[in-house]
Amino acid sequence: MPNEPLIRWSWVTNHLGDIAAALGQHVELTLIAIVVGLVIAVTLALVAHRYRWAEAPITWITGVIYTIPSLALFVLLIPVTGLSTTTSEVGLIGYTLLILIRNILAGLDGVPADVLEAADAMGLTRLQRLVRVEIPIALPVIVAGIRIATVTTIGLVTVTALIGQGGLGQLMLSGFISLFPTEIYVGAILSIALAVAADAGLLLAQRALTPWARTRSRA
Amino acid sequence: MALIAQVVAWFADPAHWSGADGIPIRTVEHLEASALSVLVAAAIALPVGLLVGHTGRGAFVVSSVANLGRALPSFALLLMLIPIAVDLSLDFSTWPILGAMVLLAIPPMITNAHAGIRAVDRSLVEAAQGMGMSGPQVLLRVELPLALPVLLTGVRLAAVQVVATYTLGAVAGGGGLGRYIYDGFARQDTPRMIAGAVLVALLAILTDATFGVVARRTTPKDARAGNRGQAKAVAGAVPEPGV
Repeated sequence: MPNEPLIRWSWVTNHLGDIAAALGQHVELTLIAIVVGLVIAVTLALVAHRYRWAEAPITWITGVIYTIPSLALFVLLIPVTGLSTTTSEVGLIGYTLLILIRNILAGLDGVPADVLEAADAMGLTRLQRLVRVEIPIALPVIVAGIRIATVTTIGLVTVTALIGQGGLGQLMLSGFISLFPTEIYVGAILSIALAVAADAGLLLAQRALTPWARTRSRA
Repeated sequence: MALIAQVVAWFADPAHWSGADGIPIRTVEHLEASALSVLVAAAIALPVGLLVGHTGRGAFVVSSVANLGRALPSFALLLMLIPIAVDLSLDFSTWPILGAMVLLAIPPMITNAHAGIRAVDRSLVEAAQGMGMSGPQVLLRVELPLALPVLLTGVRLAAVQVVATYTLGAVAGGGGLGRYIYDGFARQDTPRMIAGAVLVALLAILTDATFGVVARRTTPKDARAGNRGQAKAVAGAVPEPGV
């Protein structure tokens, strides 16, 4: 690709529709993974919080999943779920679990014991204590986990281009196959911008939700 | 079930254990490229992380590198480096993937080297200074040994990440175990593709386990309980999992 600029702007203006569609698919794949991952992670974290013996197997299994390289994990799922969105989502969700569970547990473990005692003394049931006291106090640490999981997932979605999905990754892959740098750079820059924007958006949301935790939210 | 038998048969075929495309050579390729990348990245990241931790100056460098590393997906980085390699007339099946591996191995090591030093009890540093140790002596004889477990956690994260990233290099024509995945996919040879994925997953898990053992060996027994908490906290700075 000699003399080809890294970004050919005329291509960008002519393909705004395609770019928007790829971005939309990227956001959709990420959102589904984070929402479903969060539901599973909250469930498993609450189990581990209630029954301490469950913490080791849960973190061990999610840790092994986290260690498996993404391309390998997606490929191992192909015989089960085919070249489908399901394959991408199962893999993406798998990667969110360790990060989310670790932060939810760290958040819950960080609630001071005297606060718990005060809640018990006020006659709160276990569920009331969890929902009204423990989760709000743990929220900054939990959101920190959601931020890492979201940024990670946005990066991993690009890899799913190799198994037929990929959002912006699809754009990048097509740019590589046709040796056209513009497509690679538009896809890559937008995926990085999406990660940065999602990270900042979640941080702002967390600050709005927990105004009392301003000092701790830097974590 | 038939597929599992086919994958087992693929592994049992002696032809897949010899030659340039055999499992031993592909594994060595994978390990060589990974080790080289980690070494180059360590030579850059560890001195910076240790110095910033020791002097307490330039902490923003560490946090920006960490944030950048987290936002930069390995696949995007690999593909972005390809047009640049082509412009520079470099072989695009080797240099972009090595570049991506080095760049992605830097953030976890710089972050953990810095965090390890900052976590050292300040009273120990003051005691060492009071004994008349010079700055470099304090760093090498007091801070570094105490920071070692956290620092090695960073090396471990970088190594696992690099092993995973090299898999993607096969897309651009590189070697290593990713070749089986990519070739299997391209030729619709599912047993080869699955065997490749199994090998890559095993290599990543073994890399992680090996560094885990090394980390445990280098941690003094009485410090293990405390360091486990540290490693957990620092692991929050981990960027991508295996990509």
